[in-house]
Amino acid sequence: MFDYGLFRFRDKQDLFEKSIRYWNPDKTRFWLNAGIDLVIDRREGYCLYDMSGRRLIDLHLNGGTYNLGHRHPELVETLKGALDYFDIGNHWFPSVARAALSEVLIESTPGMAYAVFAPGGAEAVDIAIKSARYATKRRKIVSIIKGYHGHSGLSVATGDDRFTKIFLADQPEHFVQVPFNDIAAMERALSGGDVAALIMETIPATYGFPMPKEGYLQACKALCEKYGALYIADEVQTGMMRTGALWGWMTYGIQPDIMVTAKGLSGGLYPISAAILNERAGGWLHEDGAAHISTSGGAELGCIVAHKVMEMLHRPETIANARAVADFFREGMAEMIARHGDIMTGVRQRGVVMGLEFDHPEGAVFVSRALYEHGVWAIFSSLDKRVLQWKPGILLSHAMCQEILDRFDAAMPRARQLLREARR
Amino acid sequence: MTAHPHPDAPRIAVPDAAYERASLKIERSRWAAAGFGRLGRDQVARIVRDVAEAAHAHARRFAEEAVRETGMGVVAHKIIKNEACSKGLVAQYAAEDFIGPRIDHARKIVELPRPAGVIFALIPVTNPVATVYFKTLLCLMTRNAVILSPHPQARQVCTEAARVLAEAARAAGAPDGVIEVIEEPTIPLIERLIGDERVDLVVATGGPAVVKAAYRSGNPALGVGPGNAPVLVDDSADLKAAAGRIVASKSFDNSILCTNESVLLAFTTIADALLDELRAHGAHICTADEREKLRGVLFGEAGFNPAMIGKDAEVIARAAGFAAPGAKILVVPVDLVQPEESFVREKLCPVLGFARVAGLDQAIAAARSMMRHAGRGHSAAIHTRREVHALAFAGALPALRVVVNTGCSLGSAGYETHLGPSMTIGTGFAGGSSLTENLTPHHLVQYVRLAYNKEAAEVFGNFEGLDPLNLPRPERSRPVPVPVPAADDADAVRRELRRIILEELKAIMAA
Ligand SMILES: Cc1ncc(COP(=O)(O)O)c(C=O)c1O
Repeated sequence: MFDYGLFRFRDKQDLFEKSIRYWNPDKTRFWLNAGIDLVIDRREGYCLYDMSGRRLIDLHLNGGTYNLGHRHPELVETLKGALDYFDIGNHWFPSVARAALSEVLIESTPGMAYAVFAPGGAEAVDIAIKSARYATKRRKIVSIIKGYHGHSGLSVATGDDRFTKIFLADQPEHFVQVPFNDIAAMERALSGGDVAALIMETIPATYGFPMPKEGYLQACKALCEKYGALYIADEVQTGMMRTGALWGWMTYGIQPDIMVTAKGLSGGLYPISAAILNERAGGWLHEDGAAHISTSGGAELGCIVAHKVMEMLHRPETIANARAVADFFREGMAEMIARHGDIMTGVRQRGVVMGLEFDHPEGAVFVSRALYEHGVWAIFSSLDKRVLQWKPGILLSHAMCQEILDRFDAAMPRARQLLREARR
Repeated sequence: MTAHPHPDAPRIAVPDAAYERASLKIERSRWAAAGFGRLGRDQVARIVRDVAEAAHAHARRFAEEAVRETGMGVVAHKIIKNEACSKGLVAQYAAEDFIGPRIDHARKIVELPRPAGVIFALIPVTNPVATVYFKTLLCLMTRNAVILSPHPQARQVCTEAARVLAEAARAAGAPDGVIEVIEEPTIPLIERLIGDERVDLVVATGGPAVVKAAYRSGNPALGVGPGNAPVLVDDSADLKAAAGRIVASKSFDNSILCTNESVLLAFTTIADALLDELRAHGAHICTADEREKLRGVLFGEAGFNPAMIGKDAEVIARAAGFAAPGAKILVVPVDLVQPEESFVREKLCPVLGFARVAGLDQAIAAARSMMRHAGRGHSAAIHTRREVHALAFAGALPALRVVVNTGCSLGSAGYETHLGPSMTIGTGFAGGSSLTENLTPHHLVQYVRLAYNKEAAEVFGNFEGLDPLNLPRPERSRPVPVPVPAADDADAVRRELRRIILEELKAIMAA
């Protein structure tokens, strides 16, 4: 019996049945068919515990939501303390928690002037797009083929057909897509002078973290300037000290006009995200500040957790730990390629943002499963299944990194077997 | 919680950021320890040398700052200690190897050094910088990461010293975080940190409370008890030399080393002559009246008055209400050498108890009596030319080191003897410690032992010239090859080619 006070389940099977019946039949079945029968029960640090009690080390982290780990004690304590005083607040009024967090975000983000809050990444992307349209009085948005910015009204239109067509949410006349790392294509898309903004994941996550070519992001930014478009940096997965700096764009020497942060900002505890705007993009905040409204956007409890997250990210020890984890896996994965080069063909890496390439069009699906069987949870890239997303947390300990690598090594024969079966 | 007592009081409870940061430091240390264990002898020697040089270069500055911050000790003497605990220490252990394997052909055993890992080092207020230098260098020699936890009253100078050492270590190629310091130490914070399971070893130097806490922490610990050293001068001693050494030792850094002489026991036959010699070397011999005045300022209800620790003799005399111009030490004759006489307890200041003893038996009884209160397992000194006296004294006392014809401060601490220069003096089981000797690098490293079958028929391997940190790559078992699908599949052909090339490459690399 799994008794959660308000509800209970007989066993895992019971949960699967109810999930199929009431929640999401396809998603539930998809994982079961993939051999991943995970239902997360307890969670702590960088570990998840399945309902069966099985422990899994989390290298998925929901794209960095658990950058600092699950239920980090310092964040839990912060939220508990805040709950004795605050609630989500009233979005109509100025608030201490929102003002304080805005200040911290703006001070940590060069070139920016205002923070506008939302509950999730997609909504923050919508705010970014709306702000760019206000500032330029243009409609068109350019994004990358296989880019990913969320599933709300405007953000989803920037993304893959898979997510738009089904809901008739594609808007081809206003949303243009170009191939990644192709400067000429970018110039063609922008040169009409009718583009409000280019939105870019600093490293496209759902596409498997292909690395921007040397000079690519700078060129994109320069083209934006040339043709009067704003540059929106989607830092939902690359921010939060995951690529060697607080925000990934800083490591590429570009200055976006708008930046979006989400996921990890919430500490994985209280949803919050932000669109961070420069003075120009924030123009509407002077004309009609209630033009965009969200009851739970910038909930004060979330602001307080995010405030703590920001403080933790700035600590020299945190920065040093993130660097150590990145170095560890740089060396470790080079060694894994030396050992398993017959199936593992490459590593993409910037900081702790990593993609592992396998020699099969769906290679990462099998490797993910083999790792799952070996106590490690890492997810394949939805939009390039050759690539396994490898997203270690920035506060991982050396001991756990070593354990992860040992488990990875041990899982490779099984991965090899699954790949062999798949090729038949 | 919506009502708050004062408009300026915090309205919400937030986590203890000092603890959280310190906890992150432990993790950083763990990373450093992991990286450090992979460095070879030359790299380590370079780090140790550069850190010692940086420490030496700042010996004066930190001596001054330590005296300023703690109000204890003598700048000139602290410089000596800082120098001894920097380059001096490196010279002392230059010939020793804590990194390479030890091959014992006779016992068919190979020993591989295994550093402790993360060492949490508690730093006392009395010898802050010298202990920072000392513990850091011992850790570096043995490839341990160190977290320095200064006494709150020596926080600034220790933090700054640690910063200088850490910078030198970094520049010399040490792993990030190999030297960390707790910048805002408080007692509850330290108690929490020493019990953290990520700490491998606690090395505690300080008062008995600190040492007991270290042993209670649940982590392996090396802690040492307080001193209270008797010094005996018998009728065979060179009185002039003895007096000179005692005054120098007792005035060294104003008696702040726990090895300083506490009570001088003099054979009656030479006592007056000895007092004359002491006077000639700069001691002020107190009258009974001065003794009582001193008692008032040195000892209160709660024990020794901490304000007097490490102060100049003249300053102490003035505080007591008499003048002792130019005095290096104050000698206080007492009638009773029993724990109830406060002057025979540990005094970390240049005040020396003095008592006459009829002979060796009485000297031993007196020494044992004073050590009954405190000082067990610690230090003692004797000035004599008679081996029998020396041996009997050492055999009968609960001390673990008895130095002969030298000052106790620097003799027992291993600088003027061959005991091993140390700022951490093991007081053994008798003194509540697992450590019997002066702490040296040897205590911070353990060994993995590769032990062969004793049988003569089983020959011992040839390990000469093998570097455990740089072994040839082991032969790898071949991965099970991916079967080649239909021959017309160009992709598969390419894949198969890749595989063959990779295997070729691996074979070349392994060769
Ligand atoms: C790069 C990027 N942007 C935006 C989003 C959307 O965030 P959310 O799911 O919080 O709406 C995601 C989510 O995966 C993302 O990876």
